[in-house]
Amino acid sequence: MPVTTTPPRGVPDPAPSRADAGAAVRAASTGRVASRVFAGLSTGAGLLILVTLAAVAAFLLIRAWPALSASPEELETVSWFTGGSVAEYVAPLVFGTLLASVLALLLAVPVSIGIALFISHYAPRRLAQGLGYLIDLLAAIPSVVYGLWGALWLIGQLDPVFTWLSSTLGFVPLVADYQAPAKNIMSASVVLAVMILPIITAVSREVFLQTPRLHEEASLALGATRWEMVRQAVLPFGRSGVISASMLGLGRALGETMAVLMVISPGFLFSFFLLRPGQHQTIAANIASKFPESSGLGVSVLIATGLALFVITFVVNLAARWIIARRAEYSGAN
Amino acid sequence: MSKRIDVADLDVYYGDFLAVEGVTMAIEPRQATALIGPSGCGKSTFLRTLNRMHEVIPGARVTGKALMDGQDLYGADVDPVTVRRQIGMVFQRPNPFPTMSIADNVLAGVRLNNRRMPKDAQQDLIEQSLRGANLWNEVKDRLALPGSSLSGGQQQRLCIARAIAVKPQVLLMDEPCSALDPISTLAIEDLIAELKSDYTIVIVTHNMQQAARVSDRTAFFNIAGTGKPGRLIEMDDTATMFSSPREQATEDYISGRFG
Repeated sequence: MPVTTTPPRGVPDPAPSRADAGAAVRAASTGRVASRVFAGLSTGAGLLILVTLAAVAAFLLIRAWPALSASPEELETVSWFTGGSVAEYVAPLVFGTLLASVLALLLAVPVSIGIALFISHYAPRRLAQGLGYLIDLLAAIPSVVYGLWGALWLIGQLDPVFTWLSSTLGFVPLVADYQAPAKNIMSASVVLAVMILPIITAVSREVFLQTPRLHEEASLALGATRWEMVRQAVLPFGRSGVISASMLGLGRALGETMAVLMVISPGFLFSFFLLRPGQHQTIAANIASKFPESSGLGVSVLIATGLALFVITFVVNLAARWIIARRAEYSGAN
Repeated sequence: MSKRIDVADLDVYYGDFLAVEGVTMAIEPRQATALIGPSGCGKSTFLRTLNRMHEVIPGARVTGKALMDGQDLYGADVDPVTVRRQIGMVFQRPNPFPTMSIADNVLAGVRLNNRRMPKDAQQDLIEQSLRGANLWNEVKDRLALPGSSLSGGQQQRLCIARAIAVKPQVLLMDEPCSALDPISTLAIEDLIAELKSDYTIVIVTHNMQQAARVSDRTAFFNIAGTGKPGRLIEMDDTATMFSSPREQATEDYISGRFG
């Protein structure tokens, strides 16, 4: 007799009794029409996704083409253009985008997993609920607000941390040569990390909560402590979910514009000096900052960088699916 | 490697609800003890109190005494984790860890107890445990495959191998065959007959023939009505219980008049 703690499900209302057979037939035929209409609508909605994706890809390709096919001399006419070709121009931007996003992911994923585990397996139920709402609220804050917060407040708070890092661990190139103010890629990544934290936490929490009770009990019955149970049953079960969550977060970090734009002091270098300003820029922030002063070929160049971002997010998603599918037979699904 | 358990005046509560009342029972070492009774009579609940697995459910608590070879399982300084390492459990539905290979499943409990174990000692333990669970010959060529690739009955024997790999004193089985077909059930029952020479076994079962086949002692639990607590009605040698029980309710139950 397993004792269930879940509340009883709501009992569905009994089917309305029909007055006569005619009404029943009419109801059935309208039901069939409604069913057909609904099938059509949902198929249409499904197709809409494909059409939209194709439209975006086509737009990017067509509008980027003038820049992609332009000669170096023509590209020189764009005032802010650097490098000999579009590829040379976009390469440091791709680097900066990936660096900022990966750093943000490295910062956010462990914290998110910690919060999600706390909510799903450690916190008392009432606290867990409140915390869950709070996390969702964090996701609802507009990114421009995060940008303001990062640029005006966080940078000041990070300054002593970076000063300390640079002076004690300065022999590691990554954190060497810190220059105040902290308008560097690390600050941008911290802001991005805070921004992607809620989505990763929310998805991970859902996955952890779905761990079959049987597996948790199997672990506990072997004499596992709570942490050992989490490692043995919960984390392996939630692994693919956490990866999906991280990829969602990465997708958001890759495309984030305002927060980076407002925090970072831009540069176009392939640099691993994370604490120096004027080294990096991301594609999205670069488009936003250059777009108002661009026309003609300049817009085309920016759209070409947008195409690069599009491809990156596509590849990231494919990679995530591949990682999840690779160990499908070990997943909790079967 | 097997100990006796003495339970005295044990009550189990879920919050304010008294689920099982006043159980006093002696569970002998190297014997199989079967707990039978209708659904909701508290036999699984009682079984879980023996290794403190009921504590997983919020609000569940116990009053009374449970001693394993004189050691109080509910002593103030006793960690439930230590209790569970000595009293293993097999569940109603096979629950191998789906993310682990067959070999890793067997080692799951041992890895909790001592991290570092030489490779060949691990191999020996895997073989010994799987042989102990009558599964070795079926899986020896595919130890690296996931545990979920096995059939239901094999999975259940894998769970038994996992439980005996940590060399517990007592093995609790909560309707271990209820999700299995007759052939797999037979395999598990044969296994129980072998295991009881090494372990104290307590098995909850809905199947009275099974209780008659595998157990040395049988305890009958019953419930007076919904919302009332389950009680231990009587306990005796299995042969006596099934031929001449003292209580009318037991006779009615085992002759199939209710339940």
